[in-house]
Amino acid sequence: MTTANQPAAYRNDFLKEVEANVEEGHMVKMCMQCGVCAGSCPLGSHWEHSPQKIFMMIRAGKREEVLTSDAMWMCTSCYNCIARCPRKLPITHIMHGLANYAHRLGLAPKGQPTRDFAVMFWNNLTKTGRVNELKLTLGHYFKDGIGAGIKKGLEMKGVGLGLLKAKRLNPMEILGGHKLQDLAGFHAIVAKAREIEDRRRGLSS
Amino acid sequence: MAKKNIAFYPGCSSQRKSSAANYLVSVQSMCDKLDIAMNEIPDWNCCGASIGYAEGGELPRVAITARNFALAEKHLPGQDVVSTCAACWLANRETQERLEASPHLRAETNEALGAAGLSYQGNTKARHMVEVLIEDIGYEGLKAPVVKSLEGIKFAGYVGCQTNRPFGIAGESFENPQYLDKMVELAGGEAVPYDQKVTCCGGALAFSEPEKSQKQIRDIVESAYDHGADMIVTPCPLCQANVEVYQSEINKKQGTQFNMPVLYYSQLLTVAYGGTAAEAGLDGQIIRASRLEEIAGK
Repeated sequence: MTTANQPAAYRNDFLKEVEANVEEGHMVKMCMQCGVCAGSCPLGSHWEHSPQKIFMMIRAGKREEVLTSDAMWMCTSCYNCIARCPRKLPITHIMHGLANYAHRLGLAPKGQPTRDFAVMFWNNLTKTGRVNELKLTLGHYFKDGIGAGIKKGLEMKGVGLGLLKAKRLNPMEILGGHKLQDLAGFHAIVAKAREIEDRRRGLSS
Repeated sequence: MAKKNIAFYPGCSSQRKSSAANYLVSVQSMCDKLDIAMNEIPDWNCCGASIGYAEGGELPRVAITARNFALAEKHLPGQDVVSTCAACWLANRETQERLEASPHLRAETNEALGAAGLSYQGNTKARHMVEVLIEDIGYEGLKAPVVKSLEGIKFAGYVGCQTNRPFGIAGESFENPQYLDKMVELAGGEAVPYDQKVTCCGGALAFSEPEKSQKQIRDIVESAYDHGADMIVTPCPLCQANVEVYQSEINKKQGTQFNMPVLYYSQLLTVAYGGTAAEAGLDGQIIRASRLEEIAGK
């Protein structure tokens, strides 16, 4: 049976898309709309949609509203929602998965600060195989240009000097910092994993 | 021969001159006293933390963590993979659970690892240092080497999120875990009641959403003061950094006068075991823990 003649409200293509392409997406349909996740989220007052709302929107086929929502980007990965969900949905993972999928499709909100930071974090760690904290911090401060970066750097000067004095920040990391011996092998693993996953999801790398 | 051998996974923040460098210093001192040999996994890589999700999908994240397991299996066979960082431990546990549950994901992961001539066998067990302490050494065993009491110091035991959820330490509750308080007490300190014990510090969003995260941090520090604590103690490097480092920012913006030291459990134990301030990494505090330094100096 085709779904072409069904009213749009009853088409569940988007649920199928989420089940196929989003990490732990097959669990979305288990949500019973109790709202415990919404009440457990530390950044709960800041998102556009609560997790249970997102899950119902997926079932209602609201593809664009879901993928452009800022909800997933408010996740601090505190796992309160997972620990408390009475239906044992891996809510944190689904939110991460939705964020990743929306980002890869280019639909996630542009300039969303956590989206930008998360991308910068992954690119930072995959470059040398280990996080370069100095470059990550500077990259984050300077993401909106040199002027904004210098202003932010001056604002945070006290914090930086405190860390420096405590030997918890290394200015020499600017020259490269910690890195893997078998960096080529590490890069090959990351590239291969991405290739396999993109192929499975029908995305171009 | 050490009492216990572990395949140690330090994680990025514990490296020399990184944000939790003093965590590693104190863990090393603590493990020396307890006769635990920390064998670093050769050429380990970042676990991807939690915030890696946006650009790295599930398989790339699983694959990089599986690389660490593959290296541990190859070079340190039979040893548990032990992390000190909450996010590292979580990534390791999650990866292992998923690879156990899905033969399909495991096949894809091994295909990716094959690009570097590695493979994941599933012969190791991902654990947190706290699990090694509580389950293998035990509270009595942890108490035995205590030579200096932390008597008179009141600690707010801040467990935070990822050492506690979704996996947590066996036998502990998500809402009110007790192990950190027990560690404080066996070292002679006083664990005060603390209602922000498992509150989120904002995690990586301390960077991207500073206002929202600093609201969390303010609650965490304020509650420690309200309950009469002299210091906060935590098992998580990101909790430690966020809760310590941003106090000055909150003071600047909101007119508070926060100056609450934030320590690791391993620093408390190192001092209680007779270690020096340097061995306990106390020189790595931005807000100095003077009373601990005094005890360490006696």
